[in-house]
Amino acid sequence: MPQATEAASKRRGKAKAPAISRDELQRAYRDMLLIRRFEEKAGQLYGMGLIGGFCHLYIGQEAVVVGMQMCLKPGDQVITSYRDHGHMLATGMEARGVMAELTGRIGGYSKGKGGSMHMFSREKGFYGGHGIVGAQVSLGNGLAFANWYRQDGRVAVTYFGEGASNQGQVFESLNLAALFKLPCIFIIENNKYGMGTSVDRASASRDLSQNGAPWGIPGEQVNGMDVAAVREAGERAVAHCRAGKGPYLLEMKTYRYRGHSMSDPAKYRTREEVQKMRETSDCIETARKALLDDFGVTEADLKVIDDEVKAIVQDSADFAQESPEPPESELMTDILVEAN
Amino acid sequence: MGAVILMPALSPTMTEGKLARWLKKTGDKVKSGEVIAEIETDKATMEVEAVDEGVLTAILVPEGTENVSVNTAIAELDGGTGGAKAAPVAAPAPVAAAPAPASVPAAPRAATPEKDWGPTKSMTVREALRDAMAAEMRADADVFLIGEEVAQYQGAYKISQGLLEEFGPRRVMDMPITEHGFTGMAVGAAFTGLKPIVEFMTFNFSMQAIDQIINSAAKTLYMSGGQLGCPIVFRGPNGAASRVAAQHSQCYASWYAHCPGLKVVSPWSAADAKGLLRAAIRDPNPVIVLENEILYGQSFECPTADDFILEIGKAKVEREGSDVTIVAFSIMVGMAMQAAEKLAEQGISAEVINLRSIRPLDTETIAASVRKTNRLVTLEEGWPYAGIGAEVAMQIMETAFDHLDAPPVRVTGLDVPMPYAANLEKLALPRLEQVVEAARSVTYRR
Repeated sequence: MPQATEAASKRRGKAKAPAISRDELQRAYRDMLLIRRFEEKAGQLYGMGLIGGFCHLYIGQEAVVVGMQMCLKPGDQVITSYRDHGHMLATGMEARGVMAELTGRIGGYSKGKGGSMHMFSREKGFYGGHGIVGAQVSLGNGLAFANWYRQDGRVAVTYFGEGASNQGQVFESLNLAALFKLPCIFIIENNKYGMGTSVDRASASRDLSQNGAPWGIPGEQVNGMDVAAVREAGERAVAHCRAGKGPYLLEMKTYRYRGHSMSDPAKYRTREEVQKMRETSDCIETARKALLDDFGVTEADLKVIDDEVKAIVQDSADFAQESPEPPESELMTDILVEAN
Repeated sequence: MGAVILMPALSPTMTEGKLARWLKKTGDKVKSGEVIAEIETDKATMEVEAVDEGVLTAILVPEGTENVSVNTAIAELDGGTGGAKAAPVAAPAPVAAAPAPASVPAAPRAATPEKDWGPTKSMTVREALRDAMAAEMRADADVFLIGEEVAQYQGAYKISQGLLEEFGPRRVMDMPITEHGFTGMAVGAAFTGLKPIVEFMTFNFSMQAIDQIINSAAKTLYMSGGQLGCPIVFRGPNGAASRVAAQHSQCYASWYAHCPGLKVVSPWSAADAKGLLRAAIRDPNPVIVLENEILYGQSFECPTADDFILEIGKAKVEREGSDVTIVAFSIMVGMAMQAAEKLAEQGISAEVINLRSIRPLDTETIAASVRKTNRLVTLEEGWPYAGIGAEVAMQIMETAFDHLDAPPVRVTGLDVPMPYAANLEKLALPRLEQVVEAARSVTYRR
């Protein structure tokens, strides 16, 4: 896997034409940091028993969603699986509503009825949040299908893990998307482990970016730990889709620092492996270093960002504990849309 | 030695067809495998090939003849056999397509006051379904149809005949054989507000996609706190067809009716089909429309009014009676009507309720009937265990127990995978005499 530092040094070599502007990188840094701090807080609240059930943290993978989101326009859609908090924050959904959903409160995006894996915001183009591995890929095709049907120039971004990439319906979806030339960007977030099973033990395909090749879907491997690299590849994918050329596939080489879910002790990999990734490839550290070294941003500037993020996360945690549980009157509502 | 050529069945459910054209004339030599005639049904034109060789000595049914029953002798080779040699061409007769509801008398006026929709005309269930889709697609550009063979082939059962021509390839789309993938795609499209109609070639294949139907289509509204509805229709033939064995003959009413977040309807007549499908397409929720292949070709009176529609959740009293209530849905309504005829001959007045909607269930109409008759028989093709009959009976226990003069009785398909053999298949499905017997037993006439 290419190291993020390599990408950063390459960028330094081409300093005259940076792939990403100072403002963009600063914004990306802020968004990645927000996800990181939010997830750390969610982990704390889980430990305190305030969040129940499953809780899958996105720590380590932040560059993927933040880089991709930089390529999208309002109206474009995003859909993913259950490791979804980062995606929601990246699309601009409120930290308060996400955190309150995690604590199962009425102030949550789903009024406390969905939980960690089931949140949505049509306004922000976020279509979930799906708990069945691989299901979101077929559903994402549907979002792209709607864009194709309406000819509105929008694109849909469908995220799934390398574990989900082996599901039958994923291959069905690749075929359908290519067949109908749907404006769909498939993002395989390859964080190397599908729960406790490493990708080598689960997939005979050694280059997942080529999983769409039989259907003629162009694919690229991308350093998913480098937000600039993600954005650059994302722009290519989006341009391809918007031009009506059909789907595009990006395999993001990334890494999750935490276990699969809160209850996973992650015994299937060494502490050293995790430590090495954190030290050499961390997306936030890479961006921070680039901002300081290449873009003339000061420590004081970054401190302002850090403080802003910290305040948002603390506010969301406070809100998530203050917001009441859904009233019992919510129990039997939202089962069916009442006809008008 | 000669042979008789019989009118062949072109599909397991065909009972009659038109002898459209003879390609041979009397005196012609016929080789085995040669096309000798063309036959038309309401869904297809097919060529008839000779099985035996010989000289065509007589054409018994001239070309252009309509409604020729399967297994009618249509020609003789080498002077015929006088019945010695059987059925050279035809497939075995399709189990008499059991209830033959074509002969069912026009339904008496419903007891529940149903809106009078004015003039009616006779049409097949197939036409009614097509007309329902066409009407809704004309009215709403967000409605589209996807499925296997729905476009260029005009539907595996010819339900979508003419729709591609009228609405074009963007709104009538053939799908590859990939139920899981295209069902998920349609559900995703519905999340954005489009209104897909997904045709399953048969509901048996919906099992490939049942995760998307239940986990995605039915539950997302709740999981999103009411934000993300899923206005979608899943439709197709359900239940036993004829001689297609276990994997292609089962009733999904109980499977889907079990799940909150879904509506489930199951039409019997052409009016049911048209009115319920239109309502399903307009409904902002996921609706399962369980059709029946054997009913597709059957004709019923159907209102011609442009705005004809039925309400989901309302049952119809198809025949009024005072001694026993028979509750059925889909093709079994026809059998219930026949049973009521037979019972009338025996002095038992049966009320027949056509459920139309399985979920929500019109318990009120059933209970009102039971309060009058004090007796209940449920009739369904599906398996007995946790079936619709069990649910109907329990609802009546809960709402009208004091009015029951006898324990309710279920008539169902047998608790077995559907056998292929004609005799066993017949035994595995509800039979008319069982319904009559059940009614007699709850009225203590046995």
